[in-house]
Amino acid sequence: MTVYIIRRVLQLIPVLLGVSILVFSLMHLTPGNPAQLMAGENAPPETIEQIEESLGLNDPLPVQYWDYISGVVQGDLGTSMRYNTPVAEEVFPRFMITLELSIYSTILSIFMGLIAGIVSAVRQYSVADITIMIVALFGLSMPNFWLGLMLIQWFAVNLGWFPPTGWEGASSIVLPVISLGTAGAAIIARMTRSSMLDVISQDYIRTARAKGVKQRVIIYKHALKNALIPVVTVAGLQFGALLAGAVLTESVFAINGMGRLLVDSITQRDFPVVQACILIIAVVFVLVNLVVDISYKFLNKRIDLND
Amino acid sequence: MSQETILEVKDLRTSFFVEGNEVKAVDGVTFDVPKGKTLGIVGESGSGKSISALSILQLIDSPGKIVGGEINFKGDNLLKYNDNQMRKIRGNQISMIFQEPMTSLNPVYTVGQQLREALKIHRGLGKEAGTEKAVELLELVGIPSPRSRVTQYPFELSGGMRQRVMIAMALACDPELLVADEPTTALDVTIQAQILELLKELQDEFHMSIIMITHDLGVVAETCDYVAVMYCGKVVEYADVNTLFKNPRHPYTVGLLNSLPRSDVDQEELEPIKGTVPAPHEMPKGCRFAPRCPFATDLCHEKLPALEDIGEEEQIRCWIYTDEWDGDPEVKVYEPEQRTSED
Repeated sequence: MTVYIIRRVLQLIPVLLGVSILVFSLMHLTPGNPAQLMAGENAPPETIEQIEESLGLNDPLPVQYWDYISGVVQGDLGTSMRYNTPVAEEVFPRFMITLELSIYSTILSIFMGLIAGIVSAVRQYSVADITIMIVALFGLSMPNFWLGLMLIQWFAVNLGWFPPTGWEGASSIVLPVISLGTAGAAIIARMTRSSMLDVISQDYIRTARAKGVKQRVIIYKHALKNALIPVVTVAGLQFGALLAGAVLTESVFAINGMGRLLVDSITQRDFPVVQACILIIAVVFVLVNLVVDISYKFLNKRIDLND
Repeated sequence: MSQETILEVKDLRTSFFVEGNEVKAVDGVTFDVPKGKTLGIVGESGSGKSISALSILQLIDSPGKIVGGEINFKGDNLLKYNDNQMRKIRGNQISMIFQEPMTSLNPVYTVGQQLREALKIHRGLGKEAGTEKAVELLELVGIPSPRSRVTQYPFELSGGMRQRVMIAMALACDPELLVADEPTTALDVTIQAQILELLKELQDEFHMSIIMITHDLGVVAETCDYVAVMYCGKVVEYADVNTLFKNPRHPYTVGLLNSLPRSDVDQEELEPIKGTVPAPHEMPKGCRFAPRCPFATDLCHEKLPALEDIGEEEQIRCWIYTDEWDGDPEVKVYEPEQRTSED
């Protein structure tokens, strides 16, 4: 087990290096000269040259990459072109908000999705099953910004239960989390249902019944543990997608998260901030998948992704 | 029946309801299991033998349903039991082993965890006592170094070992009746012989009764005391094993024996039963075997014969052995030896 985890962690190193190279190349692959941007439209060529020199833009690419990566490792993500402040200071608080939003939404997705999926599978073709699957189809098809707007209309404006915008205090997080987590819950519900249905018809479930095990124990002990692997995979992917895709929800609820920062920075061509956001999203995504891989091993000892 | 019977199945009917149609998988099956003996149930695929076995423990899944009959276990009709009562029987007084040892154990729990489960449910054994008992059981079924096996997962064991684990699990609570649904079909021949031998030893040791479901007459000859031959959801012949092999009566049983290679008689070639098993939705209205039977008369095609006692412990479902028989009277006495010695 420990060996498995250590090997999985070591395998991350090339992945993260690849990510950093891609992120670094962004700056150089996108059109436009950052120095020109910083200096402004009508800056004299000398100023631009000076800026290029100070940013190290004239150095050979490997040297630039080395400067960049050694900075990143020390927590120096560069300087924002717009605000002229360290990028880390700019990005970190915004990242924490988005991370929080994504974690809560994922928890909601898993919780709701699992319960709905299990009920659906255990009572296949019942009214409950059909209702859950129709609701799940809606949840899946509804764009989350639209759901966000509807939630604001009903629960914030009409009923006044929750504040319509912002990210302060427990009540303000309810609506954004629902609007962001619904699609995930729907996907996980459908995944859990099909996975459970598959497992329930297996021979070992019949064996458990022949032993005199209670139906409830069969579902939650014998079947669920076997059915969880695809569900965990989807939940992991879902988390990564939320992290990167929270921008619409953040806009609708006027939350100052990383998604909005990323979009603003792209339109402003604030490359160091864009780089930092993408790097952080990629790293978190990779780490979440590491957690998913490790959880496979807990669910089924036979799985060995090192082979 | 002269002996004490542990299980009496009477007119059991189990049907599957698919798209509004009723498929009668088990259609009025009757047999007795004498205490401490082995009853073999033989038949081709689709004859309803496995469904009969699953019906005993009420493990039939929707869309299947037991629609009638009685299953009397030590005098109590199990079909009158509710879910809770039935759970107390399963894995305790009646246990079951299955055809596929590779898939019958839960892949994500250790052998020990799975063995302890029944012990906890029916005997209230905790983890330590359960593990001790589990080791004991594994030893009993001949698994080497049982103590280290307890912490292993099913995928670390071979098919034969897994079937031994299944048997250990079934024996955990000293059942009075063991239902073995083709326990050796998925195993290779040498392992097959070992498992059958093991079952026999365990039966002698614990005086349990066994229902052995199989399509293999060799297995029947080796292990069973009594045999019920099933065809299309019905028992066509019930006899003790010696009578069945020496003096088979039902043309279907005779056909089965003739299609088997034998060492005790000279055979020029094997004789398969002609035709195929009728599809469930086009069952003949008379005797189910009539379309394939070499002796069938109009009577056979028109009317279904009943399962009748014809000796001490022999029952048969065939017009030939009734007074109404309108065909060749010669066919009543049928000896496979005579036939093969002709040429």
